[in-house]
Amino acid sequence: MAKITASVYTSHVPAIGAAIDLGKTTEPYWQPLFKGYEFSKQWFKDNKPDVIFLVYNDHATAFSLEMIPTFAIGTAAQYQPADEGWGHRPVPVVKGHPELAAHIAQSVIQQDFDLTIVNKMDVDHGLTVPLSLVCGTPSKDNFEWPCPVIPFAVNVVQYPVPSGRRCFELGKAIRRAVDSFDKDLKVQIWGTGGMSHQLQGPRAGLINKDWDNAFLDEMIASPETLANKPHIEYVREAGSEGIELVMWLIARGAMADTAGGKPPKVAHRFYHVPASNTAVGHLILENQA
Amino acid sequence: MPLEKPYLDVPGTTIFDAEQSRKGYWLNQFCMSLMKAENRERFKADQRAYLDEWPMTEDQKQAVLAADLNRAIALGGNIYFLAKLGATHGKSFQQMAGSMTGMTEEEYRDMMLAGGRSAEGNRYTGENGTAQPQNQPQGHGSGKLL
Repeated sequence: MAKITASVYTSHVPAIGAAIDLGKTTEPYWQPLFKGYEFSKQWFKDNKPDVIFLVYNDHATAFSLEMIPTFAIGTAAQYQPADEGWGHRPVPVVKGHPELAAHIAQSVIQQDFDLTIVNKMDVDHGLTVPLSLVCGTPSKDNFEWPCPVIPFAVNVVQYPVPSGRRCFELGKAIRRAVDSFDKDLKVQIWGTGGMSHQLQGPRAGLINKDWDNAFLDEMIASPETLANKPHIEYVREAGSEGIELVMWLIARGAMADTAGGKPPKVAHRFYHVPASNTAVGHLILENQA
Repeated sequence: MPLEKPYLDVPGTTIFDAEQSRKGYWLNQFCMSLMKAENRERFKADQRAYLDEWPMTEDQKQAVLAADLNRAIALGGNIYFLAKLGATHGKSFQQMAGSMTGMTEEEYRDMMLAGGRSAEGNRYTGENGTAQPQNQPQGHGSGKLL
């Protein structure tokens, strides 16, 4: 049977991707940030999954205003990294896992979450920056990501975005879907975006370290309570784009303790300000046998 | 019955809801077109002519020509769409965000390095934080991206 082995949470700031692509990771501005991911790269090598289920948001890349799906699951064989206006990131094509993705789509829809099924889309920095941060930069002679990825895009661009509670319950449904897949697969679920940041208006640049760290504490220890936090608190306390953090609750809902299992082990926790406009938060939680 | 909009009293912040999205539909779709390199070149060669291919309002076109992101957002633009315009001008998200605060690029960068903008006084309109109208513009920037 397939199993969710761990969940990874990380910000997906586009400037981090640019720093990697332009070879700036050792510059004084970026060095402390990348140091926080050294553990994660080693951890990923030591705990390599068969599939990553990657929750992120599309930043007006695959989805313009023509179509705005609240929850979209990628069931394709592959996804091209997008040109978001600066040109394509020099990263590999993202290979999907159509078999598991289709299984999850069917199971989750049968559990009353009406997903949009996507067989053709480009993926933006929301998906590729977390891969770069945790998997590292693929070598030139073996230019591919270490495993297949199922992209799961959440609308956090046009309000109203799904509630924290809805996201958390969806995570539980995804865990049940993975558990019911017949092949032995180790699956990691990643929740990305955040932490506090605001990219617009006179309030741009908002950072709230205290709130972010309390959020990390609650993600670890009391996600059921955290799931009840209303949108407006994210906006007021963590900035208009801090709302991306609801996506972390999808990954957290998929952990075993939400269904009577043991609390997860905190393998890694990291927090850093700033990356461009944004507070970077990162957690790795492992399911315990 | 009116819709619940609890986010209208956050200072210096426009929440991109269905109403903003409707107002900004063509402005944002114009921005999407800049994801193609050939469109970026055409736009840069003659911005006015390129904009006139789109059924945007004249105000929206003027906001784009002036690279005034605050104005563009007031007219229905969303930052993730407007980012394509910023990218076309060779600007980063930090330069875009900073341009909306009245700070110069350097002033904004320094604020971020010092830990960013505090939430204190910036949660509700009527308080006295840095993002409140009485304390804006905050620095010595032009308020424009270019």
